Amino acid sequence: MGKWTDGVSRLKERHRYGLMRIQDMTAVELAVAIKEGKTTAVDAVRETIARIEEKEELYHCYVTLDREGALERAKDVQAKIEAGEISAPLAGVPVAIKDNICTKGMLTTCASKILGNFVPAYSAQAICNLLRNGAIILGKTNMDEFAMGSTTETSAFGVTRNPWDPARVPGGSSGGSAAAVAAGECYYALGSDTGGSIRQPASFCGVVGMKPTYGTVSRYGLIAYGSSLDQIGPLTKDVADCAAVLESIASYDTKDSTSMRRQDTDFTSALIADVKGLRIGIPDDYFKEGLDGEVKAAVLQAAKALEEKGAIVEHFDLSLVEYAIPTYYTIAAAEASSNLERFDGIKYGYRATDYKGLHHMYKKSRSEGFGEEVKRRIMLGSFVLSSGYYDAYYLKALKVKALIKKAFNDAFMKYDVILGPTAPTTAPKLGESLADPLKMYLGDIYTIAVNLAGLPAISVPCGIDKAGLPIGLQLIGDCFQEKKLLQTAYTYEKACREAAII
Amino acid sequence: MANVITDETIEYVGILAKLELSKEEQEQAKKDMGRMLDYIDKLGELDTEGIEPMSHVFPVQNVFREDSIVNSDTREEFLANAPEQKDGMFVVPKTF
Repeated sequence: MGKWTDGVSRLKERHRYGLMRIQDMTAVELAVAIKEGKTTAVDAVRETIARIEEKEELYHCYVTLDREGALERAKDVQAKIEAGEISAPLAGVPVAIKDNICTKGMLTTCASKILGNFVPAYSAQAICNLLRNGAIILGKTNMDEFAMGSTTETSAFGVTRNPWDPARVPGGSSGGSAAAVAAGECYYALGSDTGGSIRQPASFCGVVGMKPTYGTVSRYGLIAYGSSLDQIGPLTKDVADCAAVLESIASYDTKDSTSMRRQDTDFTSALIADVKGLRIGIPDDYFKEGLDGEVKAAVLQAAKALEEKGAIVEHFDLSLVEYAIPTYYTIAAAEASSNLERFDGIKYGYRATDYKGLHHMYKKSRSEGFGEEVKRRIMLGSFVLSSGYYDAYYLKALKVKALIKKAFNDAFMKYDVILGPTAPTTAPKLGESLADPLKMYLGDIYTIAVNLAGLPAISVPCGIDKAGLPIGLQLIGDCFQEKKLLQTAYTYEKACREAAII
Repeated sequence: MANVITDETIEYVGILAKLELSKEEQEQAKKDMGRMLDYIDKLGELDTEGIEPMSHVFPVQNVFREDSIVNSDTREEFLANAPEQKDGMFVVPKTF
């Protein structure tokens, strides 16, 4: 029994759902139990709300909680399940939604003062897909303001604490979503990933998180940060849930002009425990300076476990790894400065008082409404797009992005899956990261290039360090190869569970 | 620090970004931006001569649709979010 089995120790006690408490079930297991009449959507919501009330004061995963709405909806969905009107795989299961995804009639703040009172008149397409499949929305989860940050500490509404150790951050920017899944304050959650914002908090909170190929999940109704990089994706208790959630939210959507028409979104068909002959590449550049020793050992142990299951594992040079972060921050800041122009104090959100004329109103509303990190990125983005600097910074970054994409293309000629750590360390203590923004940005080194190249990637738990904190394994695939990632992750998870039972 | 951001630059960027920074915020912004640009300058190490800038990872062209109305009238719901509204319109400060 290797060290990599520790990461799933919480799974040791698991039995078939008949013997399990509702709260220990995965989303898929709960949906089956509801269908079989062993429990109901209403009971599941009631129990989850009870758990939220018990734990929320400490963890603060949610920004908005809709107790009454969720219960009403649960009654309605339960009736429809019983009448045979809804039979989707996740029907009746309570879900938490990151607060930058629009939910009609439910406060959507991006954890920012500037959107503190914003109630969307429409729902994101991903939300419409969930609701059609019988999902029950519990509320909206905390995040870094406008998804800018890696710790959930830049939220205007206070920090979220990591359920594994409340003195530590849950990661970010989808920190509330990851913590809510880890704490059992929901069965699964949606997050968004612009530079690692699903995968890194998944890693820090010991849950599964996936960023799909760009264009797989509609961005309609996702409040934009870096439009060419943003994707909505699942945060779940295990790989089977991840596949089911992604299957539920993926769709071609004419309302998102970058949406891709895909025929292969039956992701649960990839839940096969078999990696025989699968070619896995480990980039040596991911194991250099800055990587924590325990993280490194756990990730390499996971590679070994996959090798024992028949995968062909090789080391290689990916190249350009150290250029991904400066490229990302140039492009993301540029897009953010443009996307966040819409917050002007006129159509929605915060408006300052005491101003002299229209322009002063714009400036004052924005200066008072946005937090420090958001202003920092808007300033940087405005600068790199300004005349005289556009070519030197923005255009240069787009050219390097092309080189990074090519490096991945070359790698995927040889390998089916690229394997490495999700983050260089486990979760830092609260307050340690924000003092030095540049240092915080460096923590995104393994996740960021994936967004630049539009690739899918998944983070799965692969161990626990001496401090008792979860470690994440990242698997990266070529565009549209989510199934290979899910199959690999599923095989690994199953091997861990088997080893844990032995 | 190679990149020194002047007061004029910060002021200019503030105009572009429509942000009004306090004196302290300006000083901090000068430092932060200089440091970030020093870091971004690393990209200068790479020869990108003849490389086509990549704005989109997939060859997506303009996506057209029929010019027909598909949404319903949600004017009231949209106006409800406005800080100030009157007679079905957004109210803005006097502009002249």
